[in-house]
Amino acid sequence: MRFHYDTSYLDQSRLLRYPRDKLLYGALFGVLALIPFLLPRYYVGEITYLFILSIASLGLMVLTGFTGQVSLGHAAFVAIGAYAHTYLLTLGVPFAVSAFGACSLAALIGFCIGLPAIRVSGLYLAMVTLAFSIVVEHVLGRWTSVTGGYSGLTVPSPVIFGVNLGGLVPFYFLCLTFLAVTVLLLHNLLSDRTGRAFIGVRDSEAAASGLGIWTAGYKVLAFVVSAFVMGLAGVLMAHKVQYLTPEGFGLIQSMEFVLMVVIGGLGSLRGAIFGAVLIGLLPTAISKLKPMLPSVVSGQFGLETFLFGLILALFVLFEPGGINARWIKLKALLQTFPLYRKDTYKRGRTYMKSERYR
Amino acid sequence: MMDGQIAQILQLALNGAAIGSIYALVALGLVMTYKATEVLNFAHGDLLMASAFIGWGLITFAGMPFWLAVLLTVIIAAIVGYLLDAYVLRIIVGQPQFAGVMLTIALAFMIRGGVSMAFGPTSRTYPTPWDGKTTKIGSVVITDLNLVIVAAALIVTALLFVFLRRTALGTAVQAASQNQLAAYLCGIKVKTLNSLVWAIAGGIAAICGLLLAPIALVDIGLWFVVLKALAALVLGGFGSMPGAIVGGLTIGMIEQFAGVYLPDGFKDVMAYLVLIVVLVIWPRGLMAEAHGRRV
Repeated sequence: MRFHYDTSYLDQSRLLRYPRDKLLYGALFGVLALIPFLLPRYYVGEITYLFILSIASLGLMVLTGFTGQVSLGHAAFVAIGAYAHTYLLTLGVPFAVSAFGACSLAALIGFCIGLPAIRVSGLYLAMVTLAFSIVVEHVLGRWTSVTGGYSGLTVPSPVIFGVNLGGLVPFYFLCLTFLAVTVLLLHNLLSDRTGRAFIGVRDSEAAASGLGIWTAGYKVLAFVVSAFVMGLAGVLMAHKVQYLTPEGFGLIQSMEFVLMVVIGGLGSLRGAIFGAVLIGLLPTAISKLKPMLPSVVSGQFGLETFLFGLILALFVLFEPGGINARWIKLKALLQTFPLYRKDTYKRGRTYMKSERYR
Repeated sequence: MMDGQIAQILQLALNGAAIGSIYALVALGLVMTYKATEVLNFAHGDLLMASAFIGWGLITFAGMPFWLAVLLTVIIAAIVGYLLDAYVLRIIVGQPQFAGVMLTIALAFMIRGGVSMAFGPTSRTYPTPWDGKTTKIGSVVITDLNLVIVAAALIVTALLFVFLRRTALGTAVQAASQNQLAAYLCGIKVKTLNSLVWAIAGGIAAICGLLLAPIALVDIGLWFVVLKALAALVLGGFGSMPGAIVGGLTIGMIEQFAGVYLPDGFKDVMAYLVLIVVLVIWPRGLMAEAHGRRV
């Protein structure tokens, strides 16, 4: 186990704590900045999509990973962001105003869905969000004057201050910028008082309440922040897919967001991005792998669903901490190389613990 | 005029009761596993869907008589349920409730993928002894299928009630679900019993699948019924068997009446709107177990 040796309270909230971090994140940004000029166009599009998924995954991570409130209907907020943004753009509203308006609308609806969360918790809350997303999907399908219904809605390309950013490479940088800003803002929010309050609510609501934390307020705040970020993902998603249909924001999409945060590792922003990258790459990886498999297997309908399930099941069973936990273990192994003990991160013996009375 | 309206209301109530019985049965299966192992089984709907496909395979492909196929399907689903608990879900015992949700969602994806790999995307249908038959009660016409569904729901509920209240094994199941450690110390084989409950839930899922298939075709989309059942379950309050039945019937009725008396489009959504409103007012469902808060 490694420990951080802090010499001041500010050390905890510093962005880049070690010189190594500066080097690594600098290198990462260098690579990301060069990608659109080095890789074929297809991959640039794919990576842009991964950025958008990462933003969505970060949004859900705030709610599920930090306050422990499970939402099975977060695709609804993405849908609200995407549709509101498109509607405002077609009215002639400038990009920045429209994007902010769409995110704010998502946040407002997140506030309304967060209100029941004060009283409703656990699986009941998961059902409220599930029901909410089903209702939203049907509303989008029926409210044809605004959403175009099931026949779909075309999205205009993004124009910021007179510059069209709809091209492949400009849009890549637009998404990268939004992702970087989201990560920075969320990191600041979560390493501050608010973040500690969120974690307090997650780990023990009673204890947090006892320490004077306004648990109801922070639960709703988590919903608002989460919905705002999901709305932003929706705004970018609208430009990425360029054609909106209600089916694109259904239950399966919500489930995929949940998969991302769980596989990535609950309670870490880095995990959210890992999860989004893995889940986002999976369909492409499977389609690339297919020609190598015997035709009996590869020709099958449903292989993708099966592999999705298998990967998730293996993670839940054997690495509940997700990719992030695996990453931390790998890092510890490299840093302490000959002295690494296998039991460092071993989980203690667990017994059936009832959550019925919480 | 009045007679016509009363007849329509009766007709809708009967249809609602039939479809509600299915929801209640699916919800019952969910409650059983939830009470025994505290896992909310999201794979229940897919087990149901897989059972419908197995039933189709046995009836049309293997050419078995209907009742033998039903019996075999129920047994197969029960075995699958038993094995799932004994070898997969046992691994995550002691982890937060959410781990169970994730694991069963994963299993649901695997079953769904497996079934579509084995059977392909086409929907099918199989013959039943009550195809196209109707019974007239007064001025209300009801299909025999709906009668069979209500009867099956009543029989299964009655059997479960007798099993849980009147047999030694059933009492042991209840004891294990109320306090595992205490049950263990009384010499009850908690692990085997939990797996047994999963087997019973699997069997119930198979019955639901076989009853639902003639209405909705044997199709991958059958698993969607689990969403309605979850709504029913939450409406009634988790972990309450009477609650599951009341919730299921309520959702069935709401759907039927919303389809006729409310504007187009409300039929699919009304159940969920009611669910949200009910949970906002009663956060633990209509018939929740009375438990204090333990810190």
